Amino acid sequence: MIGSMNAIEVNNLTKHFDDFTAVDHLDFEVKNGEIFGFLGPNGAGKTTTVRMLTGIIKPDLGQVSIMGLDIRQDPIKAKQIMGVVPELSNAYTELTAWNNLQFMAELYGVPKKDGRQRAEELLGKFDLYERKDHKVRTFSKGMKQKLIIAMSLMNDPEILFLDEPTSGLDVMSARLIKDMLLELNKEGKTIFLTTHYMEEANQLCSRVAIINHGKIAAIDAPEKLKMRIGGLEWVEVSFDMPVDASDFSDLSGVIDVRMSGDKLRLYTNEPGRTIYQLVDYSLSNDLEIVMLNTLTPTLEDVFIKLTEGME
Amino acid sequence: MIDQLKRACAIAKKDIRIYYLKGPVVIFGILFPVFLFLAFVIGRDLPVDFLIAGLLSMTIFFTSMSITPVIAPTETQTRNLERLAAAPVSITTVLMGDMLASVLFGIGISLVPIIVGMAIGVTVEHPFILAAGIVLAAFCFSAMGLIFSSTPTSMTSTVMMISTMVKFPLVFISGVFIPISELPSWGQVLASASPLTYITDLCRYSFQGTNYYPIWMDIAALVIFLVIFMTAAVKLHEKSLPKRL
Repeated sequence: MIGSMNAIEVNNLTKHFDDFTAVDHLDFEVKNGEIFGFLGPNGAGKTTTVRMLTGIIKPDLGQVSIMGLDIRQDPIKAKQIMGVVPELSNAYTELTAWNNLQFMAELYGVPKKDGRQRAEELLGKFDLYERKDHKVRTFSKGMKQKLIIAMSLMNDPEILFLDEPTSGLDVMSARLIKDMLLELNKEGKTIFLTTHYMEEANQLCSRVAIINHGKIAAIDAPEKLKMRIGGLEWVEVSFDMPVDASDFSDLSGVIDVRMSGDKLRLYTNEPGRTIYQLVDYSLSNDLEIVMLNTLTPTLEDVFIKLTEGME
Repeated sequence: MIDQLKRACAIAKKDIRIYYLKGPVVIFGILFPVFLFLAFVIGRDLPVDFLIAGLLSMTIFFTSMSITPVIAPTETQTRNLERLAAAPVSITTVLMGDMLASVLFGIGISLVPIIVGMAIGVTVEHPFILAAGIVLAAFCFSAMGLIFSSTPTSMTSTVMMISTMVKFPLVFISGVFIPISELPSWGQVLASASPLTYITDLCRYSFQGTNYYPIWMDIAALVIFLVIFMTAAVKLHEKSLPKRL
């Protein structure tokens, strides 16, 4: 047993596929009750990591502890307290939604009565109750994904692993799933979320890890990660008359100036001072400011900077 | 242990609902042995009880081995395998579930030649031996099917082709159409290496009262083959699972 303070503890996790190192000595932990985002470009090692955390594949090296249970020594007990939504998983399309849920209940040893009650609750929550006796092959992609998430919740797991749960879904279905994840987190469940959508990670996660080439590039709260890449704040301004961008390059605190359509974007590490200088400029040149915005880096900027930096 | 057995039953229930009427199961499990049997018996003057015993052993052989090779490649293709791999069940439990579905299919369909035989006047002289033999052989051949399904592919046809390449020759060396005693000595040696030989011998004993090997040897051989096949299947599936995700 590695420890039981955290929901997930990962030590020195490594996986090779022939000569290729997919996951390279990862160390991190996920705290009890947090939504932890796991981000990375395609081929970074996200799915391989999730598969090792959920006991689907065995690591070549390292340890994974789930609520204090070593996934290699106690795989059945560890899996019993997890819910898993794999990246490309599917429900059994020849079975009805109800039968899929009951199969999951039986697979996780949920008593029959509890299984029925839980299936009814989940079908209601995910707005699928009316379709419970319909075969899954007649479901839309969004309905299938909701059912897959409902299936992962049949055992009332303590930790939920979701690999790209909103990928390819329409806005409404994606929002429903995000709201559901927040609700589950409020109920005390730890959520390990792999996603490509930065905004989704920004909205949902208390901490995120960015993985690239099998290694952790950064791990922190989204806002702290944004603060790490200083100099990326910018002021966006638009005047009522065209201006020369070179007029602004000598302003104090301004690092770079770029034109973007009719807008001027000034990258600065002193946004307040830059705004004063822009107001002075407009007054002295008899120009009117049509629009002025201060923008901070997004998680996407952090992601691109960190993943590009490792190329 | 009991918990895992219950979960294996849940997997078997799912398999029964999904796979019993799949095309490859009907073709390779039912139609193929029927036509193979007809091709060999039409025009030949053979005693009915000899034919029914042969048909029965061949039916158990083909039907019990028709479900298990279909499940793994299909679930690889439909992306259901990862869900099972993430569930709190061992590979042995998953394979036990698949095997159980296959066994029930094999036993169910094997009742057809028995009923047909009885309808045309064939009597079962040793019903308990026959029942034990059918159950044991169904487990043995289902486990054999699991070995084929460990091929890391999502193409059911690939697995069925490999299994047919093995099944077809076994039918000819196992005393189904020609009694083992009439085979040349090299044929008798080959026959002893086939699990189908022992259930055929048990069926002949049950219907005709004649047997080539002692009954205990037939049963022991089926048990040994079952243990070997199941052990090999678990090892092979453990190895091939990551390649199928």
